[in-house]
Amino acid sequence: MAVIRDKMPAFQLFQPASTEEALGVLDRYGSDAWVLAGGLDSWDWFKDRVKKPEAVVDLGGIASLREIRSAGDGLAIGAMATLREVIAHADVSGQYSLLADAAALAASPQIRNQGTIGGNVGQDTRCWYYRDGWSCYRAGGNICYADTPTAMNREHAILGASRCVAVNPSDTAPALVALDAEMVIQNGGGERVIAAQDFFIGPAIDIERMTALQSGDILTAIRIPSTWAGARFYFEKSRDRAVWDFPLANVASAAKISNGVIEDIRIVANGVAPYPVRFTAAEDAVRGQQVNEETAQQAADIAIRGVTPLAHNGYKVSLLRSLVKRSVRGAEA
Amino acid sequence: MDFLQWGTNPWGQEILIRVGWDLLYLSFWAGVAFIVLHLAYAAVWVPRLAKAAGGGGDADVAGVPAKIERHTLSARLFHWVMAAAMLVLLVTGFFPIIGIQFAWVTIHWIAGVVLTISIIYHIVHATFFLDFWSIWILPSDLAEAAKRVKRQFGQADADVPKHGKYPLDHKLYHTAVSLAGLAVIGTGIVMMFRIENALLARNAYLLEEETWGLMYVLHGVGAVLFVMLTLTHIYFAVRPDKFWLTKAMIFGSVNREQYLAHHDPKRWVVSQDSTKS
Repeated sequence: MAVIRDKMPAFQLFQPASTEEALGVLDRYGSDAWVLAGGLDSWDWFKDRVKKPEAVVDLGGIASLREIRSAGDGLAIGAMATLREVIAHADVSGQYSLLADAAALAASPQIRNQGTIGGNVGQDTRCWYYRDGWSCYRAGGNICYADTPTAMNREHAILGASRCVAVNPSDTAPALVALDAEMVIQNGGGERVIAAQDFFIGPAIDIERMTALQSGDILTAIRIPSTWAGARFYFEKSRDRAVWDFPLANVASAAKISNGVIEDIRIVANGVAPYPVRFTAAEDAVRGQQVNEETAQQAADIAIRGVTPLAHNGYKVSLLRSLVKRSVRGAEA
Repeated sequence: MDFLQWGTNPWGQEILIRVGWDLLYLSFWAGVAFIVLHLAYAAVWVPRLAKAAGGGGDADVAGVPAKIERHTLSARLFHWVMAAAMLVLLVTGFFPIIGIQFAWVTIHWIAGVVLTISIIYHIVHATFFLDFWSIWILPSDLAEAAKRVKRQFGQADADVPKHGKYPLDHKLYHTAVSLAGLAVIGTGIVMMFRIENALLARNAYLLEEETWGLMYVLHGVGAVLFVMLTLTHIYFAVRPDKFWLTKAMIFGSVNREQYLAHHDPKRWVVSQDSTKS
């Protein structure tokens, strides 16, 4: 890891009171501006002096971005709601406990008090080669240092790599994709809504971004439709330490089960690819099947098709297989 | 304007990454500028030259068939396969840079392989089955070029001969495309070692860091040149006065009048059955 310095490069700090005001600053500074949510990703970048924005727009003062409220036939979560607030919200824990379970396993209690749901889904990859500021593909260069014969790539991707093998480290991201959430994004030109599944971008499409957020954009809210409210949920995170660690792999599933038969299901994993991977082929295979060991195994076997392990992350194949299997079988099994 | 992009390697050394993308816009606008200038030249200058040059040719039509094959079917197929591959390569290579994002890498390398195969085919075909030298710049072309330049500047004495199968501008274009094409193909094949593909196993350490940088720069230079070359090529292909050449690239032949008006029968000899190109 880079040596963390105690002094960040100077920047103009803006603490707007409204989204409009924030968008105005972003518009004024363009690509020299940085949107600050909880700061848990941002401060690392600044202290490592890898990112040196001219202006930092702290969204912490915009009260409307912290609201969690019923919206239409679902729930709207302000992007600046902290993970703790998301976990503690009655509707989330009652109807969409998948998200609460995922958020509860992110990082540590202290970080969940400070970290936001928007920051958690928008955070950058933790690939150390990239975060050290070297000119890798993701940083605009022409090489992936994590995919060389001598690279340390135990935590990297086994699926979805395209030149870059970094993974998306978010715990809440797969839960939101499984819940078929929508991401509400605002910029100077207005508002657009993107399905969570499309919000996360792989390197094949844009190697320098992990999400659809571009310069001038603010993720303002996450909408969760009622489609999967009260479904049978499963979230499991595998990591090296029991707390304050990023996932080696995690899995989120939402299933509608009637008389032991899977009527519908969404299975999503993260930490194994540069974006949360939805296993649609496995979902199709198990839809209409009994929830049992055989069905779960079938889904697991399909999920690992096409994996390409690197030198040191072959273990992720069996890990992913096990997680998907358990996500279909369910916690009660 | 940045012509090159530089980065930092793990040892803190400055390394060459690729060409600066300002060159892409430079190449595009250079192509547009060329087209605008040529439009002005064609509107103002060419009619004056034609007037000064007098009437048409008085070539002997005896023995010239009514229809003359200019491009064989296989040559035309090559041309259009290459054109399609090149357009796909330009779109997949440059659209993401100008902000149109999509999964381009796989399409790009496959189009690159198609281009490579088509070029290899063309080299063999042109070397052994076509009039190889007809497209290359020869000493006689330079003398003719000097006469043409003189005529452009009003020295009407110049007895400018008609050209053979290909005029000098076609030969110049072919030379530029050949050089840029070899650059992008040669470097493109090497660069496939740095991406996931079905043909070559990834090996980031195949070359030294500096050599990798050079590969990316050469690939970029060739590619941005193709922006200008493609723009101007399409411009000439759709110009009404050149459209007979485009039709020949589609249907294969030119007629006797076009042949006699533009070509010297001594330099592009056609047989009565017109089967040899």
